[in-house]
Parts: sequence; C-alpha cells; structure tokens
Amino acid sequence: MDTESTHSGYSYHSSRSGRSNRHGDRSRERHKASSKDSVRSERSVVINPPDTPSQESPVTNGEPLPGEPTPAEDQGDDAQDDNWGETTTAVTGTSELSISQEEVVGLGKGLHDRTEDFRRYLPLAVGSLVGLLVLATPLAFLLLPVFMWPDRLQACGTACEGLFLSLAFKLLILLMAMWALFLKPGRASLPRVCVYRAFLTTLTLLLTMSYWLFFGVRILEAQDEDYHGIVQFAVSLVDSQLFVHYLAVVLLELRHLQPCYSVCVIRSTDGETRHYNIGQLSVQKAALTILEYYYRDFPLHNPALLSASKHRAAKHLAGLKVYNVDAPGNTAGAQPGNGNQSRAMVTAAAKRKDSAHNELYYEEADYERRVRKRRARLVVAVEEAFTHIRRMKKEDEQATPSDIMDVREAALAIFPSMARALQKYLRTTRRQHCHSMESIQKHLAFCLVNNMSPKAFLEGYLAPGPTLQYGPERWMADQWTLVSEASVTSGLKEGSDFLLRCLDFNLAVTVKGIPYIRLTEEFIDPKSHKFILLLQSETSV
Amino acid sequence: MSNFIPGQPLVAVVQRIEIKKLRQGDNLILGFSIGGGIDQDPGQNPFSDDKADKGIYVTRITPGGPAETADLRMGDKIMQVNGYDMTMMTHDQARKRLTKKNEDVVRLLVTRKSLEEAVKNSMGGYQRQ
Repeated sequence: MDTESTHSGYSYHSSRSGRSNRHGDRSRERHKASSKDSVRSERSVVINPPDTPSQESPVTNGEPLPGEPTPAEDQGDDAQDDNWGETTTAVTGTSELSISQEEVVGLGKGLHDRTEDFRRYLPLAVGSLVGLLVLATPLAFLLLPVFMWPDRLQACGTACEGLFLSLAFKLLILLMAMWALFLKPGRASLPRVCVYRAFLTTLTLLLTMSYWLFFGVRILEAQDEDYHGIVQFAVSLVDSQLFVHYLAVVLLELRHLQPCYSVCVIRSTDGETRHYNIGQLSVQKAALTILEYYYRDFPLHNPALLSASKHRAAKHLAGLKVYNVDAPGNTAGAQPGNGNQSRAMVTAAAKRKDSAHNELYYEEADYERRVRKRRARLVVAVEEAFTHIRRMKKEDEQATPSDIMDVREAALAIFPSMARALQKYLRTTRRQHCHSMESIQKHLAFCLVNNMSPKAFLEGYLAPGPTLQYGPERWMADQWTLVSEASVTSGLKEGSDFLLRCLDFNLAVTVKGIPYIRLTEEFIDPKSHKFILLLQSETSV
Repeated sequence: MSNFIPGQPLVAVVQRIEIKKLRQGDNLILGFSIGGGIDQDPGQNPFSDDKADKGIYVTRITPGGPAETADLRMGDKIMQVNGYDMTMMTHDQARKRLTKKNEDVVRLLVTRKSLEEAVKNSMGGYQRQ
C-alpha cells in the first residue's frame, strides 16, 4: 500500500486534494473540527479501525457538504482497502518534529518548479535576444560609418532619404511581426526542442553573421565612402530578415493548419473516444494539441466509477486456487508451468457457471433507478428553492431593509434547501469530490446574477463536464508523459501511435491519414428537369 | 403477361368470358373495375408480373355482379373485348369499349397466370416458346 502515501503529493500546490482522485468517494466526514486543521497536510489522517473507514475528506477548498451518513453501497468499495488506515499511519509521520514523506516530496517540487519557470521563459529569452540582434544590426550598419569616418562620407540626397524611410518602416513591421510570432511565454514545455524553431534561429543568426562579416571586411576595413551603398546594404539585410520571417510563419503556423491526419484518442480507463483532425505536426506538437483538446472535450476522469468492473474481474478468478502437486516449491521448475497454470484457470473459470451477467444487469438497472429518483428529487428541490428568490423591482424599494439582500446573501439563503438533495445526488453518481460547498454557492450566485433558470443551474451537476471546468487541482497538467516509439521530433505518419500517460490513466492515440478525395463534377442543365404526371385510375364499368 | 416485348407479337393463353350486362336504372353495368392503360403508370399495378406492362387489368369485382357470375377474376388482364384489341389502349378508350350502350353482351378474352400453368401441367413437358 505504499502507493497510497507516495501519490498523496500530486503536486506541491494541491496537497490538500492529493488523495481525492483515489478515495474521493469517502467523503463522510462528520467531525468538522478535526477536518479544519487536517486540510492543510495529510499527516493527520483520522485513524479508525478497518470496519468503519472514515478518512477526512480532502475536498478541494472547504468543508464537505452537509449531508447524511454514508449510504450502504459505498461500504462495498472499501472492502478492498480495509487496511489502508493502519499501513498509512506507519509511513506518514504523526509527530510535529518529524518530516513526513510529503514534505520531502514538497522540497523537491519547489526546486522543480523553479526549473519549470526557467524552461518556460527560455524560448522567450532566446527570442528576445535574437530579435534585438536583428533590430540593432541594420542600425549599427548605418551609424558606424557616420561615427567612424564622418568627414569622408559622401552625403547622399533624396535616394538615401527614401531608403531611410523604407528602412524605418520595414524595421517597424519586422518588430511587430516578431513580437506577434515569437515573443510570448511558451504555452507548454515539450520534451525536445522544436526542430523548426532551432532551424530558423540558426538561419537568422547565420544570415546576420554573414552580413556582419561582409560589413566588417568590405566596409569597415576599406572605409568605404559611398554612403548610399551602405544604406542599400542595410536595407537588403532587413529585406532578407523579412523573408526569413515569412518562412517562419509558413513553417511554424501555416503548415499546422491544413488538416491531413485524423487522430483517434481513447482514454484507457473508461474508453472515452474522440476524433480530431490535425495538420502536419511533429509528434510532440501533436501530443500538445491533443492534450489541449483533451482538456476541452473529455469529461472529467472519475476513478470512483471504475471500481465495479474491477470487482467483477477479481471475482472471476477469485474462487480458483491452483495447486502444484508434482514438485514441491521449485521456482525454476514452476516457471514453464506458469503458462499452464493460467490456461487451467481460464478454462476452469469458463466452465464454472456464474451469474455475473445477471448480477450486472440487475445492478445496473437498480443504479439507474436510484439515480433517476435522486435526480427527480433534486430537480424539484432546486425549482422550489428558486421560487423563493426574486429580483428586486422598483416597488420593492419600500420593503424592509432586512429583506433586501445582495447576490451572495441570496445564494446563501436558498442554498440549504437544496443542499441535501444535491449532495445525495452527487454521492449516488460518485461526483461529490468534484464540487465543494463554496464552489456550488459561487455558481449559484453567478446563476442568480445572470437570471438563469433552475435547469441552467443544475446542468453543471447532472453530467460531468470537461476537466477545465473544475479546479486546478484536477488538471494535473504537469504530469503528462509522452511514450512513443518514433522520435518525438519526427513528423506524424499514417499508422503511427503513441501513448500519453498521466498518473491514473493513459490516452492512446492512433493516427490515420485523411483519405485522398477525388471529386468529379457533373453538369445538369436546369432545363432538363422535366416531369410527367403518372396516374393510376380505376374506373368501374 | 410475361414475355412482353414491345413490337413483337404476343403469345398468351386466354380464356373466353361472356358477360351479360345488367341494367341498373339508366345504366348498363358489368360489375367490375378496370385499371391500367398506356397513359397510366404501369409500376403501380399490383397484378402484373412485368411492371412495364401497360395492359388493362381487372382490379375489382363487385360481389354478386354479372362479372362474378361469368367467372371473371381479379387480376385478369383483358386482351380483347368483342374482337377489339385492348393491349394498347388508353384507359379512357378501354372504358368506352366496355360501356357501349348499344351492346348487351361483352365477350372478353382474358389471360391470367394460372391459365399458363394449367396448360403447362396438362401438357407435361411441352414448353411454349
């Protein structure tokens, strides 16, 4: 059970909810006093004997919802984890002086976060440096001759002035274009450097260096007097920079836009599947795009809903025990027998008549019914609660001041009448850990301000929304790992696949090409649309 | 009914049916209804084998009427009426042929599927061309 405690520090900032994804359905805290000071760190776990596990609920921001004690069905989930109370106390420290595992992890995380900030702003820093160099070089080309040999310089007239003007505007355009394309903090930190960016930076630096070389040799050393030529030299540099920037736009932005691959993303735990069209990207950039779509489209991952299938899987093979009657406990000899063992278990399990399908059917039908009943009660409670509140109109201004409330107070006033029904519904659908009381009240205030109906208020709770809708502790945005056989900077190819691993689940991604569509045309003369009337009459004679 | 090739002579097994018209008030009625014709849609004919057949078919028989007593059946295709060919007629022309006021009796030549089969069975293995 060591996994429990090491996972309890998902990230430094979310220590309070670290356990929530695993034991979220155990929010049955009744003693609010002990929950207040145990919310900060997971050291002080409430120790209970295994038959009544009641861990303090690490709900996100505040106290858990007021409600009834656990319904009976939640007790079934704890059968697997009976001993967690005793084993975790051995690992987590309980005295004030010892440093628990979480704190050690937290120290490491602090350092990691500073490195993360550095990595995030590194492209910005590099871009700024290159940009400064690019901007300063033409100006240097123009100003150095003026400072170094001013007396020998030939003054040039209107042609030069035209060139100065065009140089100024081109530099301005280049500055704005660079700012738009490059100078923003990176939105993600990818495992490897983007090949195209590195190539473009190198190209720019190469270009600038070669111009400096020419300038140094031909102009500085020879002390050329033809200022017109020098200005033209500087303008040609800026032109080349603009073309390199055009190349950058095409390589970095435009190439990604035209869709040419269709990817299928499947979540490993519950099978949620989505399909997206993306353009020609490297594997890591494609992974980044897919993750951004994941946060928008996939419903929140809820491990509490998956325990039932694990139970069934465990029960299939639970009743069988394999005895080796031939040789006593020889590990070397048992190795080749392992294959036979599992085959024997599979055939024995298949032969055994079990009514698992029957149980599943009735269990699911029962669950559906319960959810629908709770939902009906919830909808009625919310509708009734909303009738108690009304926006203040002009004629109400004479009403007693105690009746006039602002939004927050109004939300607090009608919340208790629906809180119980809402919490029971969330418990039944195993989502009570996603919503804290404060977040519900905030949402209620928002709905009241915007004149929403009770149904609009409820929609967010009836179905799981995208992951971004919930608090940052659910995002786990820094826990993704890209597992790929092909190099991550290589481009996507038809038939390639890779895995995006998060802590609890994986996203399996397969790539297919969008088919080559052959479209032919056919011309139909509008005058050729003619019709005849078809009768089928019957006459009696 | 089958083997209908436009422009080629049609060979069919027919039955002679003679119907005496019944006087009802001012009208002489035969007691059945017809459908089809070269100006009609042959695809909607439920009785024909070949859905391109634009012949005149018997669609309904009034029970107890003269047609029923004369053993006319629903689904029969009328080939001739009193010697006049009915296979290439418009619907209205067919109606007129059958309801001539000066004729008391109409002699029809009708064909139906069961006739062909009866002939085939009675002749053994003899195949008509």
